[in-house]
Amino acid sequence: MAPADTTARVRLDTAVARVPGEASAPRSPPATAVGPLAWLRGNLFSSWLSTAVTLLLAYLIVRWTIGFVEWAFVNAIWEVPHNQTQACREIKGVGACWAVVTEKHRFILFGTYPFEEHWRPALVVLLFVGLYVVSALRRFWRKELVMIWAGVLTLIGILMWGGNTAPGLLRQPYEQVLALVLLAGAGFAYRHGRIGVALPSALIVYALLAWAGPVLDMPYVSQERWGGLPITLILATFGLAFAFPLAILVALGRRSELPAIRMLCVLYVELIRGVPLISLLFMASVMFPLFLPEGMNIDKLLRAQIAIILFAGAYLAEVVRGGLQALPRGQYEAADALGLTYWQKTGLIVLPQALRLVIPPLVNTFIGFFKDTSLVLIIGIFDLLTAGKTAIIEPAWQGFGVEVYIFVGLIYFMFCYAMSKYSQNLEAELNRHRRR
Amino acid sequence: MLGTIRALGAAVLALAGAATALPAAHAQQPAQQSPAANTVEVIRSRGTLVCGVNTGLAGFGAPDAQGRFQGFDVDYCRALAAALLGDAERVRYVPLTAQQRFTALQSGEVDVLYRNTTWSFSRDTSLGFDFPAINFYDGQGFMVKVSTGVQSASELQGATVCVQPGTTTEQNLADWARANNMQIRPVVIERMEEAVGAYIAGRCDVYTTDVSGLASTRAAQGPRSEEHRILPEVISKEPLGPVVRQGDPRFRDIVAWTHFALVAAEELGITRENVERAAQSDPRPEVQRLLGRTGDLGQMVGLPNDWALRAIKAVGNYGEVFERNLGPLGIQRGPNRLWTQGGLQYAPPFR
Repeated sequence: MAPADTTARVRLDTAVARVPGEASAPRSPPATAVGPLAWLRGNLFSSWLSTAVTLLLAYLIVRWTIGFVEWAFVNAIWEVPHNQTQACREIKGVGACWAVVTEKHRFILFGTYPFEEHWRPALVVLLFVGLYVVSALRRFWRKELVMIWAGVLTLIGILMWGGNTAPGLLRQPYEQVLALVLLAGAGFAYRHGRIGVALPSALIVYALLAWAGPVLDMPYVSQERWGGLPITLILATFGLAFAFPLAILVALGRRSELPAIRMLCVLYVELIRGVPLISLLFMASVMFPLFLPEGMNIDKLLRAQIAIILFAGAYLAEVVRGGLQALPRGQYEAADALGLTYWQKTGLIVLPQALRLVIPPLVNTFIGFFKDTSLVLIIGIFDLLTAGKTAIIEPAWQGFGVEVYIFVGLIYFMFCYAMSKYSQNLEAELNRHRRR
Repeated sequence: MLGTIRALGAAVLALAGAATALPAAHAQQPAQQSPAANTVEVIRSRGTLVCGVNTGLAGFGAPDAQGRFQGFDVDYCRALAAALLGDAERVRYVPLTAQQRFTALQSGEVDVLYRNTTWSFSRDTSLGFDFPAINFYDGQGFMVKVSTGVQSASELQGATVCVQPGTTTEQNLADWARANNMQIRPVVIERMEEAVGAYIAGRCDVYTTDVSGLASTRAAQGPRSEEHRILPEVISKEPLGPVVRQGDPRFRDIVAWTHFALVAAEELGITRENVERAAQSDPRPEVQRLLGRTGDLGQMVGLPNDWALRAIKAVGNYGEVFERNLGPLGIQRGPNRLWTQGGLQYAPPFR
C-alpha cells in the first residue's frame, strides 16, 4: 500500500507546484541525488566518520580477498607425487595445499568403502540428490511420490549393501531384457497414474533388482565400511523422513484431550530435549547393546539413526506444535461445525495451515540436523566430517587441515544453502495469499 | 529407571524393526554371534575375524587414501586371522572410539581389541577382560624446542605444558609434578592437532603425550623436526596390547602366542621373505617347532601346525611389523627392542 500512496502524493505536489505555461516534461533530478553515486553518498560517505569506516573496511576486504586468492589459487599446489608433501610443507602459510584434497577426496567422500566399489556410493549420492530435486518440484507432489521414495531408498540399500547370495536370476540375457521391459512398463503405468498396474510391476522389478547382485557383480559390503557423504545423507534423510511424521503425531498428541496421550508426548519431548544428542548417541552405541539379549546385535549405524530420529522428532514436534497453536481457534471450530472427523479436520484444515506457518523454523531445524549428523564421529562412524578429519591423520598429510575443512565445509554449505534457498521460495509461494 | 530404559529399548527395537524391514530383506546381514565361550569356533563358523581398531591413529590403525586400514595394530589383526583362518584378508575392522571399545568387546561386537589399549590393574580385573600380551611398550614423555636449551625434564620448573584433557596423560603430568615438587602450568587443549599447533606456535614450552605420539609429531615436522627434542625422561608406563574377553583361555592363548611367534621369529632371524625357506631347510629345532615342521604345537591350541608360518608370512616378524608401520613415523624401537638387544620384547620358548 505504501508505494501507491507516495506516488499519489508526488503527483499531487507536482500539480500544485506547476507554473502555468511552463513545459510539463518532468526534469530528471541532478546526478548526485539519484543513481549509484547518490546511494554511495547517502549510505557510505555521509559523514567523515562513515567515510573513514568505509575506506577502512574496503581496504580490509580487498586485502583479505587478495590474500585469500593468492593463498587458495595463485600459490596453491594442486597435486604432488604420491604422499611426497615436501613441496606443500615449504609453501605452508603462503599457499594452499589442495593436493591433500586431490589425493584424499575419494576417502573423504566415501570413507572406508572398498575402493574398487566407489561407483556404488557415488551413485547413491546422485540418487539422493535426484530424490531431493524430484521431491522439491511441486509437479511431483502426488501420492506416487511415496512410491518413488520407497523405490529409491530400496535401491540405495541394495547399492550400499550389495550381496551375492541370491540365486542366479537375471543371469540369462532374456531375463535381463524382461527386467528392462518390466521397468519401462512400470514407468509407463506410473506416468499414466495407473497405480494398479504400476505397483505390481514395480514390485516385480524391485524383486529382480534385489536378485541382481551377482549380475551387477556387487560384493557384499558390511555397514562398518560405509562412510563419507553417503552416511551423512543417509542419516539426515532417513532421520528427517522418519522424524517428521513422528513429530506431527507427537505435536498433535501434545494437544490431545486424552490425558494419557498428552502425558506420554510431553514426557517424550521433555526427556529427549533434556539430554544432549551426544549422550543419546552414546546410549545408543554403548549402553543399548548391553540391554539386548545375548547374540543379538543391532547394526551400529541403525542405532545411531534411531537416536537421531528420536532426537529430531522431539525438536520438530515443538516446532509443529508452535504452528498448531498459531492457528486461530475459529479454524478448529469451523471445521467442527462442518462435521469433519478429527482426522479430516487435522488433515484438511489444521495441518496445511499450521505447517505453512512454521516453514522457517522447520527448515532451521532441518539444516541444524543435517549438520548434527556429524556428531556420529564420537561413536566411530565415518561420516563426511569424520572422514575428512581421518584423512589428515596420515603423517605425510598432517597439518593440512584447513584445506580439508574448506572442502568439507563447501559440501555442507551446498546442501544447507540449497535447503535454505528452496525453503524461501516455498514459503513465498505457499504464503502468497497472505502477502499484501 | 531400569524399567524405563527397558521399555525405551523395546520401543526403539520396534522402530528398528520397522525401519530395517525393507533393506534387511535384501541385505544379507552376517549372523552376529553372541559372546560365546568358544570364540575360536565362532570365528571359524563366521569365516572372518572381527577386529576392533582405532578410528584413526597414525601408525597403529588408520584408513589410508583408499580406505583400507593400515598400521601396527591392524597388522596384528591380519596375523591373527592368518593363524586362525589361514587368510590375512579375512578380517572385518570395526573402528572404535576410546569410549566404545570396551562395550564393543563385552557385547561381542568384536572378537578382539587391537586398539592401543593400556593394560592396567582395574581394566584387567574389574572389566572382565584379559590382556594376553604386550606388543608395544609406551610411556609418557616431553618434547621441547631445542632453542630452549632444556636437556632434562628436571629443568621444567615453571614451564607451560600443552596437554590433552581427560586422558591419563593429564593425570600423569599432575602426579609427576607433585612428586617432583615442580610448578607446571598445564594448557589443556582438546584436540591433538590443536595441542600440537599451540606448542609449535609457542603458546607452551612443552608438549606432552606418549613417546610414540611425540616421535610421530616430531617426524611430521619434516625438515624442521631437528628443532624439537624429546626429553629422555619417561614418566609413566603405558603397556599396549590386545584385549580379549575373560573366560576363553583357548582364544587368549592363541592371541598371546601369535604375538610371541612374531617376536620369536625376529629373534630367530625369520622374515616374511625367508620363512618358507626356513621351514624347509633351517635345521634349528626351535625354528622347526615354531614353523610346524616338527612337533604339534599348533594342535595343542587347536590350530593347524603351520599357524605361525602363516602369521609370519602374512605380516613378517615383530621387527618388520614395527619398521613398516612405526618406522616412517620416526618412532625408535627403544624399549620395544628384543630382550637380546636390551629391550623388553621377550617370547617364552616354543616347545
